[in-house]
Amino acid sequence: MALVKEYIYQLLSEIPDPEIPVISITDLGVIRDIIIIDEVTIELKITPTYSGCPAMKQIEDDVRKKLIGQGFTSIKINTVFSPPWTTDWINPEAKERLRQYGIAPPEHTTEDKSWLTGKEKVILCPRCKSKNTKLISQFGSTACKALYQCQDCLEPFDYFKCI
Amino acid sequence: MTTQEALFQYALRLGDTNLILGQRLSEWTGHGPFLEEDLALTNIALDITGTAKSLLEYAAQVEGKGRTEDDLAYLRNDRQYLNAQITEQPNGDYAKTIVRQAMIDCFDLYFYTELAKSKDETLSGIAQKSIKEVTYHLRHTTSWLIRFGDGTEDSHNRAQTAVNELWAYTGEMFEMNEVDAILIKEGIAVDLPAVKLKWEKHMSDVLEKATLVKPENVFMHTGSRKGIHTEHLAFILAEMQALPRMYPDAKW
Ligand SMILES: [Zn+2]
Repeated sequence: MALVKEYIYQLLSEIPDPEIPVISITDLGVIRDIIIIDEVTIELKITPTYSGCPAMKQIEDDVRKKLIGQGFTSIKINTVFSPPWTTDWINPEAKERLRQYGIAPPEHTTEDKSWLTGKEKVILCPRCKSKNTKLISQFGSTACKALYQCQDCLEPFDYFKCI
Repeated sequence: MTTQEALFQYALRLGDTNLILGQRLSEWTGHGPFLEEDLALTNIALDITGTAKSLLEYAAQVEGKGRTEDDLAYLRNDRQYLNAQITEQPNGDYAKTIVRQAMIDCFDLYFYTELAKSKDETLSGIAQKSIKEVTYHLRHTTSWLIRFGDGTEDSHNRAQTAVNELWAYTGEMFEMNEVDAILIKEGIAVDLPAVKLKWEKHMSDVLEKATLVKPENVFMHTGSRKGIHTEHLAFILAEMQALPRMYPDAKW
């Protein structure tokens, strides 16, 4: 059973995030549990990144397609909300891939609440690594990102919000 | 009323409140005062609509009559909706939208913080998720509210007008009925008077920073817990429900 579980996890790790294809859905940490019911039936527990993230439906469809292609005929997908998803679950290697893709990865852990009291975080420009960057908007092109601009190379860039 | 019926009503009330607010905010999509603000409000609308989906999905499951969250959203009329009346109020100018949103974000932050402790695992999970999002929303809307109030004479006046107008709809957010009584006994629902104290303190602080006057002893509208609404709700539903009612088998 443990081997089957590992095999399924491996298959899922090949599914790219629909909006940020350089990281996989397992990198993102949205797969919370894999339960093998029998040879052809699997139950997956998935947690949403953001409540209204439109990519979640796409992820479910991609998961079904992948597993059904491998001979599993019944895929039950259950959404779990607790514990809520956090960017702390994105592994360091995936964060580096985000940076190379041009998205500044979440800089701190969610334990750091200083931004709530108005202290701005230093976000490195993913292109020139400058610390001289400015928050343009807390809300960016998708729910998970904020909009920044580098004051040195002048490139606007997305920052993967730390939640 | 059984606990199950009360839980259905409760999830429906929370789901409807989020759905109607999300729908209202979406009206700004493509019409925001500038690009970043357009994106911000659209993102907030998306979070809120997502929360509505989770809550209505749960309501449908609790009811156990085979309805889906789409059936609940698209196939009920205004008298069957339990959203707070403040959420259906027209967007008005940007000051009014921001004032309404700040009032609700502030309520949501304290409300979800309590709901996260609920003995109902699903409601607690949805609340834990929402707290993270609402924290961002509140930070955004209160910073605008302060800028408007403490800004130009025009922005100050617009913000004060909005506060005066919308304050009369805030009392309803804290109303409790039989549904709350049954569920509080079970450790499921939130005791709203406790939330009200925190909300009032927070709003007073923000209004003071914004150099705005907090209305006192105003008449409070009521009715949504019984499905009574202002005339605006029926228009929202007419727009939102037109497609699924006209083409009942339509699939996205
Ligand atoms: Zn740069």
